[in-house]
Amino acid sequence: MSGEFKSGRIVIVGASLAGLRAAETLREEGFTGELTLVGDEPHPPYDRPPLSKQVLLGRVPAADVGLPARRPVDARWKLGVRASGLDPAAKEVLLADGERLPFDRLLITTGTRARPWPHPEEARLDGVLTVRTVDDASRLAERLDAGPRRVLVIGAGFTGSEIASACRERGLAVTVAERGPAPLVGALGGTLGSFAARLQRAHGVDLRCGVTVTSLLGSNGRLTGAELSDGSRIDAEVAVVALGAVRNTEWLDGSGLAAGPRGVACDAGCRAFNMYGIVTDDVFVAGDVARFPHPLFDYQMLALEHWGNAVEQAEVAAHNMVNPGPLRRPHLAVPAFWSSQFGLNIKSVGVPTFSDQVTIAQGSVEERRLVVVYGYRGRITAAVSVNRAKWLEHYLRLIETAAPFPPEPGAADRPAEPRVVASDVPDPKVLSHGPTVALTGHLPDRRLAVLRPMT
Amino acid sequence: MQIVVDLNRCEGYAQCVFLAPKVFELHGEEALLYAPAPPAEQAERVRRAAAACPVQAILVGEQAGAGAGTGAGADVR
Repeated sequence: MSGEFKSGRIVIVGASLAGLRAAETLREEGFTGELTLVGDEPHPPYDRPPLSKQVLLGRVPAADVGLPARRPVDARWKLGVRASGLDPAAKEVLLADGERLPFDRLLITTGTRARPWPHPEEARLDGVLTVRTVDDASRLAERLDAGPRRVLVIGAGFTGSEIASACRERGLAVTVAERGPAPLVGALGGTLGSFAARLQRAHGVDLRCGVTVTSLLGSNGRLTGAELSDGSRIDAEVAVVALGAVRNTEWLDGSGLAAGPRGVACDAGCRAFNMYGIVTDDVFVAGDVARFPHPLFDYQMLALEHWGNAVEQAEVAAHNMVNPGPLRRPHLAVPAFWSSQFGLNIKSVGVPTFSDQVTIAQGSVEERRLVVVYGYRGRITAAVSVNRAKWLEHYLRLIETAAPFPPEPGAADRPAEPRVVASDVPDPKVLSHGPTVALTGHLPDRRLAVLRPMT
Repeated sequence: MQIVVDLNRCEGYAQCVFLAPKVFELHGEEALLYAPAPPAEQAERVRRAAAACPVQAILVGEQAGAGAGTGAGADVR
């Protein structure tokens, strides 16, 4: 009975962290069939977190960041070739080189790419870079080695802030332009946002908040500076575009899957939905590109760009690909991520944006060691530590058990009078920029859902 | 040799820093930096560090898919 699950042809599109860990899990669970991994980059799987840290600091060459294998996967690797389409009826993946890869089950782990600078001509200026791939990081590290007079970082999310931190550590002048009121505010809300702003300025970052870069300026094809929406102008030889990521779903256009700018929707068992919300039996999805319902967060469809989520979701997807229904598992891991910047270790569990209030439960902003706990309608939904990582596991348990917010007293180094304030998380409805869905036709068997890009 | 540290698990005990200081380093109080491809002469120290990690956050192995990434459209088993 379970034999059919352990044989056949499995194709994994996306040969990064999630694709690799899924391939290993498939073999670990006894899959003996044909396994093919497709990756658009020419490199074998590598690790991205060091790219904006060790690599930009100049301590590790970009080429060194490969991922260790947990076990042999005995797979056919098709690297340096993009998947260009999916034919779900014929059960084939189309590759950009014209090959068609037949499959019995498919796993989509195509992840995200850096959101490019919106003006293509300005984006082509020499000195304008992004940091997503190993090649990107290698190019930027070279530029930083050359000692530019000033670096402009556009966007103060985690990647932008880590880049600014690496620049300051190298002694380079850096300007950070952020559209929001503070760095990291989109992910962590107002309390830690204002903490991050003070931290950056204390480390000599020229931080400009509430502004956008309106144009990048060049001369003879080389970047010379930028104009900001407040009318100011900055001279810079290097500009790093750190405006977040775009999910790699375009290759699924026309496949009928629920795939779009927000990712590929799937159930808690990683089975992809088609655009009608009907679950597929043979197409699975994991990692940054997946959107899945999480019961702890109102079954909200979460798409997480987290290292740990890529690993855990890939393992669940792979398990479910080679096991029959009753043995399948849900992906219920509590989200977690980390960042290190300006000498501090920032770690998060839960979903900080799923909150209406926060309190500093331990430590203080002044000592630069603290735990901020987030609550939503009276229960704990997230915790973020700054140089207090050992405490996070405690809060993880509180999140898992929906413990009341604010947390009970009793922790060490708890402030004498903890204050509860609004979490100041930007309204996700305002931030989202997905397409709308419309229905066509009027006969039951002719009804179709179509995606309309937002204008 | 290739290593990766699960920094979600890492709690900054720094056992690895004591056992293999050329590979693992604390950056500030508790942020861990490490060399993902340590030289061969560090292999034994790295293995000891991985074994000693209280939260078992260090994964040591050979590079995954090595040899697969040679040129565009490489098709290697």
